[in-house]
Amino acid sequence: MSQTITPPSAPPQALQDDEIRVKIRRFDRADAAALGACALSAFCLDWLVYERLTPLSGGLGFWICWYAAFLLMYGFVAREQRGPLAAKDRVASVVMASTGIVVVVALSFVLGYVVFRGYHALRTNFFTQTQEFTGPLSKATDGGGAHAIIGTIEEVGLATLICVPLGVLSAVFLNEVGGRMARPLRTLVDAMSAVPSILAGLFIYVALNLSLGLHFSGFLAALALSILMLPTVTRAAEVVLRLVPGGLREGALALGGTEWRVSRMVVLPTARIGLVTAVILGIARVVGETAPLIFTAFGNPKTNANPFSGAQQALPLMIWQLYKQPLAGPVQRAWTAAFVLVIIVLALFLIARVIGGRGPGHVGFVRRRLNDRRNRVQ
Amino acid sequence: MRALEVNALGFTWRSLFCHICRLESLGPVVATRMKGRNYVSSSVEDIREERLEIRVSRPPADRVYRAVARSAGAVTLVVMGLIFLFLLLRSWPALRDARWSFLTESKWNPDAHQFGIFALMILTFEIAIVALTIAVPVSIATALYITEYAPRAVRRPLTSLVDLLAAVPSIVFGLWGRAYLEPRMVNLSKWLARHLGFIPIFKVTTNTFAGSTFIAGVVVSLMVIPICTAVIREVFSQAPPGEKEGALALGGTRWGMIRAVVLPFGRGGIIGGSMLGLGRALGETIAVALIISPITDKTIHIIQGGGNSIAALIANRFFESSPFAQRALMAAGLALFVVTLLVNAGASAIVSRSRSGAATEI
Repeated sequence: MSQTITPPSAPPQALQDDEIRVKIRRFDRADAAALGACALSAFCLDWLVYERLTPLSGGLGFWICWYAAFLLMYGFVAREQRGPLAAKDRVASVVMASTGIVVVVALSFVLGYVVFRGYHALRTNFFTQTQEFTGPLSKATDGGGAHAIIGTIEEVGLATLICVPLGVLSAVFLNEVGGRMARPLRTLVDAMSAVPSILAGLFIYVALNLSLGLHFSGFLAALALSILMLPTVTRAAEVVLRLVPGGLREGALALGGTEWRVSRMVVLPTARIGLVTAVILGIARVVGETAPLIFTAFGNPKTNANPFSGAQQALPLMIWQLYKQPLAGPVQRAWTAAFVLVIIVLALFLIARVIGGRGPGHVGFVRRRLNDRRNRVQ
Repeated sequence: MRALEVNALGFTWRSLFCHICRLESLGPVVATRMKGRNYVSSSVEDIREERLEIRVSRPPADRVYRAVARSAGAVTLVVMGLIFLFLLLRSWPALRDARWSFLTESKWNPDAHQFGIFALMILTFEIAIVALTIAVPVSIATALYITEYAPRAVRRPLTSLVDLLAAVPSIVFGLWGRAYLEPRMVNLSKWLARHLGFIPIFKVTTNTFAGSTFIAGVVVSLMVIPICTAVIREVFSQAPPGEKEGALALGGTRWGMIRAVVLPFGRGGIIGGSMLGLGRALGETIAVALIISPITDKTIHIIQGGGNSIAALIANRFFESSPFAQRALMAAGLALFVVTLLVNAGASAIVSRSRSGAATEI
């Protein structure tokens, strides 16, 4: 038996310098050249055919034809180079990448356009004055939106006060309590998240104004907004609660905790940050809603700081009312207000991302200090 | 199966039946009593269900907690019910006046007691269909780009960006559509009318192109794209990595892998996301109201000026209308409510029933 004993499989060695690492799916210089050349020649062909040989005209049409020609050409080139299967793959990659980039650029362009139209008429008086003494013919920089900002803060704040307990409790019901009703309720919450926003306003108007005789006020607006906000908060909070590890729950229950104490002292604190994110996402969803406010807050050129009586203004509603006046001054003021609104939404969203970027169970600075102090006292 | 085996061992059917009725355990066949009925079962699940049934006596705090959570959940149900009820009650006089012609009548002239939802519903759906025709392919491609093609480092920022764009207020899209897009789209509309006018939907009978269903649909599609993309991306990202790697290991290209694994897996998400987008597009108010030049007759010439949607009609007309016309508008709102509710409940059910939708957030 002259069997040589081979050593057990050698430990994986680090890649040596002289070895060439094989990269699957390479995009090399030749590919880039083919891509660029196809784009260029498609452009030339398109120009010749579209502008010179056929009676076609128009900018958008030109680019659509260019894109079609480019894809065809690139398909043929890739087919010549690498065969039909790889050609399909290449064309698909180009379509996906270009669509993705175009969508992101186009949507960012919408935001950029609002900033471009709005920022140059923004003066500090926008945050201090109201539209009370501003007419259709006054200058674009006259007056301000202080009353609308106050109104928006109060309406959205009240809606948040209503939605946070309801939404979080609903999420707790869906995820912790469960039972036969959980599945249909989840479907219903989904359906509610798509109630047309104008119907939320119309419902509050019909139910509270026409039937109970309550007049336009910020509170009615808050109720209408909370109809739109509740499903958003519920679904987002439910997703967060689902991320809490089941082991924590089971451990707490095994220690003899009641369900209530397990939820209050283990599940909800673990998901705290995610719940905050859910609420901020809900706020971002409703802060720009216009349609429900038409029927509930109604709009008011003066400051009305009391949300429980009298018509109130809000930023989106102010934009809507100003933009409908066909004059340069009000329209410019509408753009300025839209700019401020976009900034508010962006800021809310950024806060939500920064907070929500941390995982469940993250203990922040303030919380840590509080915990330390409590431990010391005990 | 089990019974047949037992039978082969020499029991007669009759004796088998007697045994079962007397609830005797017959070898491996387990007879249990559930819900007061004799019940024969040999499947493991049923036995396990029976054995694991533990009766818990909850402390009062837990009973209160469960009741509170349950009633919070019930608020959703109550609100939805109330919306339906109040709209129905308030619009009842108008509905009674119009009777069944409310569903078939095309004119909208409530003060002459001649009004129906037919033309408005068609116009509303036209805008939504234009929006979805653009939004669904674009959303699928964008979602595929984010999940499969984009470099790993930009996936998270791209996802956040799409989510952010879903939160941009509709009035911002409306302003942009009116001020920037409409003057440019008018040229495209003219181009379409001139060169593709032989197709009925691109035909024009007037010479105005601003405020058309087409332009409103394009703006709505921009608002729908982030929502659709978010749902579809979520589903695509849950495609099983083992199957994806298997497809690649068998020599498939990336596109082949997508067609063989990701798209079939995500079909539920695509359908659900599209229907969710449809619900949004049907209910979109402010952007449409800013752009459209309102008409109330049905038309299929989508690129000529003039179109409408129920939500935009309510926003534009409500406070200028007589009390009876307001009731008619509420009836229109009720119809819109029912349609969007059906569409969205369907979308939710499809997403959650599909293989892909176990943890999808819409």
